Amino acid sequence: MDALASLIAITLNAGTPLLLAAIGIVINERSGVVNLGTEGMMLVGAVVAFAVTLASGQYWIGFIAGAIAGALMASLFAALAVGLMTNQFATGLALALFGAGVATFIGIGVQGETLPARAADGVPVLRDLALFGPALFAHHWMFYASLALAGAAAWFLFATRGGLILRAVGESPESAYALGYPVRLIRWAALAFGGACAGLAGAYLSTIYTPLWSEGIVAGRGWIALALVTFATWRPGRVVLGAFLFGGVTMMQFYLQGAGVEIPAQWLAMTPYLATIVVLVLISRDPRWIRLNMPAALGRSFNPHGLP
Amino acid sequence: MHAGAESASVAAAGTPRLSLGDVTKHYGKVVANDAVSFDVMPGEIVALLGENGAGKTTLMKIAYGITQADRGTIAVDGAVVGIDSPRRARAAGIAMVFQQFALFEAATVLENIALGLPRAPMRNIESRVMELAARYGLPVDPMKRVHDLSMGERQRVEIVRGLLSQPRVLILDEPTSVLTPNAVDRLFLTLQQLAFDGTSIVFISHKLHEIRRLATRCVVMRAGRVVADVDPRVQTESALARLMLGADTPDLASHTAPPGEVMFQVRNLSVGTDDGSALEDVTFDVRSGEIVGIAGVSGNGQTALMASLAGETRVRSDAVRLSGEPIGNLDTAQRRALGLRYIPEQRLGHGAVAELSLEENALLTDASAQSGLLMHRALGLAGAARAVERFGVRASSLAQKAETLSGGNLQKFIVGREVLQAPRILLVHQPTWGVDAGSAAAIRNELIALRAAGCGVVVVSEELDELYQLADRLFVMANGRLSPPRKPHQISSAEMGVWMGGEWPAASDHSAVMRVT
Amino acid sequence: MRWSLTPRDRASPIWIWLSPFVAIALTLAAGCALFAAMGTAPIQGLMVFIVEPLASVRGWSELALKATPLVLCACGLAVCFRTNVWNIGAEGQLIVGAIVGGGVALLATPDTSRIWFVLVLLASAVGGALWASITAWLRDRFNANEILVSLMLVYVAQQLISWVVQGPWRDPAGYGFPQSEMFAAAARVPTLVEGTRLTLGSALAVVAAAALWLLFARTVIGFQLKVIGLAPLAARYAGFTNRRALWFAMLVSGALAGLAGGLEVAGPIGQLTSSISPGYGFAAIIVAFVGRLHPVGIVLASLVMALFYIGGELAQSRLGLPSALTGVYQGLLLFFLLACDTLVAHRVQFRQGAPA
Repeated sequence: MDALASLIAITLNAGTPLLLAAIGIVINERSGVVNLGTEGMMLVGAVVAFAVTLASGQYWIGFIAGAIAGALMASLFAALAVGLMTNQFATGLALALFGAGVATFIGIGVQGETLPARAADGVPVLRDLALFGPALFAHHWMFYASLALAGAAAWFLFATRGGLILRAVGESPESAYALGYPVRLIRWAALAFGGACAGLAGAYLSTIYTPLWSEGIVAGRGWIALALVTFATWRPGRVVLGAFLFGGVTMMQFYLQGAGVEIPAQWLAMTPYLATIVVLVLISRDPRWIRLNMPAALGRSFNPHGLP
Repeated sequence: MHAGAESASVAAAGTPRLSLGDVTKHYGKVVANDAVSFDVMPGEIVALLGENGAGKTTLMKIAYGITQADRGTIAVDGAVVGIDSPRRARAAGIAMVFQQFALFEAATVLENIALGLPRAPMRNIESRVMELAARYGLPVDPMKRVHDLSMGERQRVEIVRGLLSQPRVLILDEPTSVLTPNAVDRLFLTLQQLAFDGTSIVFISHKLHEIRRLATRCVVMRAGRVVADVDPRVQTESALARLMLGADTPDLASHTAPPGEVMFQVRNLSVGTDDGSALEDVTFDVRSGEIVGIAGVSGNGQTALMASLAGETRVRSDAVRLSGEPIGNLDTAQRRALGLRYIPEQRLGHGAVAELSLEENALLTDASAQSGLLMHRALGLAGAARAVERFGVRASSLAQKAETLSGGNLQKFIVGREVLQAPRILLVHQPTWGVDAGSAAAIRNELIALRAAGCGVVVVSEELDELYQLADRLFVMANGRLSPPRKPHQISSAEMGVWMGGEWPAASDHSAVMRVT
Repeated sequence: MRWSLTPRDRASPIWIWLSPFVAIALTLAAGCALFAAMGTAPIQGLMVFIVEPLASVRGWSELALKATPLVLCACGLAVCFRTNVWNIGAEGQLIVGAIVGGGVALLATPDTSRIWFVLVLLASAVGGALWASITAWLRDRFNANEILVSLMLVYVAQQLISWVVQGPWRDPAGYGFPQSEMFAAAARVPTLVEGTRLTLGSALAVVAAAALWLLFARTVIGFQLKVIGLAPLAARYAGFTNRRALWFAMLVSGALAGLAGGLEVAGPIGQLTSSISPGYGFAAIIVAFVGRLHPVGIVLASLVMALFYIGGELAQSRLGLPSALTGVYQGLLLFFLLACDTLVAHRVQFRQGAPA
């Protein structure tokens, strides 16, 4: 039973950064913009959060710094893809590469450092309960915050006028503009939110998940999060499921190693990436289904001065 | 309605509701609007008439803030306003209903309307919608999703949304191009009622008979300028046409020879597509030396039909036969090899590649140039040169890119490219859409010449006039189904209008098709 | 004064040429600012970064050596991108090519014939093509997005090479380091210029660039790929199949990337290690864009990017600046290029005061 509890616990832990990044992606893709630079934003968020936590001694300040860093990177993307109408895919790739470079650069100063100790995670009293305590209530507050964020995103998208406007922009930016909505501003805001979430995800990785900085700390999770959002058809609820499913897959390698399975570590390390490919294949087989659920204008540039 | 006319003449003495002064707009070297001045009085219905490219849509887009003029002023009720976005225009009381609807497919009717009313709380909207719908005879179902609606229903949603913002000026851009005649009648009643209630209406159109029915004033634009401001009710259609085109339409060559053998057979062609515009049991023949015209409002299956006939969509092999041979499962290149050629509706991006040169575009459908490892570029050069020369394409060099040609010239080039390959069957979708009058006449003459040479031609077009001029037999396509055939002299355009709504007498059997010769 | 970007009727021919140069100039300017911010005099920084690598024959040979894998990968990516196949996994194809080529190289002994290296290079090309074919098959058969699939396969490939050099092919005499034995001389790629590290690979890169030109300028398949990338509806109208284009593009780019990997391990590196590429496959994406997907542009852009690599290393040893600057500059270059490219398709318009 203990093994089950710890399995649940580490799965939820592993899924948290994916969930954070993916919720941000849901919001910005719902506005019709594809930002492939999630990996780069997570890296920058990770290193900034690490450095700031180191300097200030406070984890929450680190998280804020990580979120701001991510939002700034996303704004750089927005300046190009929304402001100058550059190709969204190429610009996102550029952001991923640039973000990796910037993160490595900043990270030189904090390589090898260790973070200060932090108070025990989780909800007092509840975390000491038998069975469910360690599984569900002993997590860092960011885990609970990420669930709340997912809930807030769902409520925003489907129960508020703001969410309706966002979805309209993602459906047809030209029509939204013709109705008087500031399309580019809305897209920038959605992108900044997505960047902040990616920054938080990176911050979680470098300060909570494995408290250290290294270039490989994100290890492709940004790309996995992008696949996850398509898999979840841009719905926050499904994203939660998918994120923890992937968290489980990521953890499987350690579980198998611990169980004494005789597979070399590197092969086990491949599992999350192979799993992502399998998922991509499963959801892509029926292109009609994706097209029905996808924000119709996803990936298309919008120019208010160039409407037909 | 007399009341409308009276209020218009009473208001004429006062300040215009909307006034555009000296508006000029350039797109690169093209002058879209040249010092245009345009007024609308309160309660007046003004038609803005002109052929494609005359500048009427550009002018109204400037009024609505989607585009900004290079020079000129806009005034509402006498006060100059700066309109740099649709938001400002709406704040000034100007609303616009677009030719391509500004609707969100995945959202409900109510959500679409709510998006048009930024400041209204959601719960009030439904009752206001139903009230307005009842008042103006525009039934809408608030809970249906837009992608489930027909074209006419969608336009009603657009209009209701525009009206709920209580505009002072309502601009409609080619509103009847996707409507059946019944829906057109309802729309005109609504507009007249609105005008009576004091709204100013600007009605952009190139359909002369509609303008004469609806408007009390008609401003005619040509090549970016206002050339006339008349009362359409006292003008004849040919007088209006002459004002619009600047000259009489050139006559087409006449035809006499009877058609020959049946060359192309379509039997029980049924296709389902993603967006629902399916084809249902389409059956017809084409003989050599005849032009078959298919009329109908866009969006009723014409694209699916052309794609199936041309080979872009593969179907049951015996659904399409060429000289008796089943070709339904062949692709475009294979059908081309058998003599079946196709001119698609969309020039840039489909019939030609915008960024490639004319030489390279000449090679696009030339299989002989693509045999082997290397391209036979000389063939492309020769083909392009022939097309340009024979069809009077105005191009400075064959190396220039397709996107640099005007619409009419590019269409002539594409028609030339296909025609010069001596097809046995030619499929043409919207041969003269967006093409200047001179090029349009040249293209129609080419189709007639093809017919004289024994080719069988299928023309799908929205322009009834064009079909009446060209076709030996006429069909109508509606909701994916094909009507029985008629000869042009056997059916009036009014009756065609009714058929376009999907209501035609059932053909008793297919042999009736054969007997109409 | 208000400004707006309005679309042009047709792409501006001047800006198509000018944009990469302006982007490079802007990157250098940003570089100077970065140098200054880190306490180094900008001129000194530029001298070390840009001028010093170009100051000797050995410098140029190193430049060509670094540029070789970039040219090879970028030529393959140009074929892909022009066809609208977004192969982002060239890095993975390069790694697998190196693994397969390395495997063949390890079979050589001191007695093997001198032309064994040809087999090594062929094997690495095949290896890269096979890795790319996974992405092609998944896209062809299941419509899976090639960006994400090819990218996931990069991570898989990295794990693969890590396993290979720590497991089955680890050098028994290597003190436990993650590397294979050094390859026998017969398996090594011959040097091109005595006294330098320049190998036959650089000649192959030039051949690849020439072949790229020939492909799109003269061949039937190149014409079809062009049309498919520019206008998919026109391609369907003309009867060109997407399937053939997808497989051709992926296999060609996989083979070229694999060849680049083989050239690296059988060339300057001489063995298989756990990190045989400082991200060449990703840098090649930048090269392809900056080089306008055109062979001449690709060669020039490769040299510029190679300069950034070498400059970064020099800046580290000479000026104590982190070599991670390279990654920053490369990313900046792509950003500036994308921004400048806006002017190819749009023009800036100014309007006086309150609009009409």
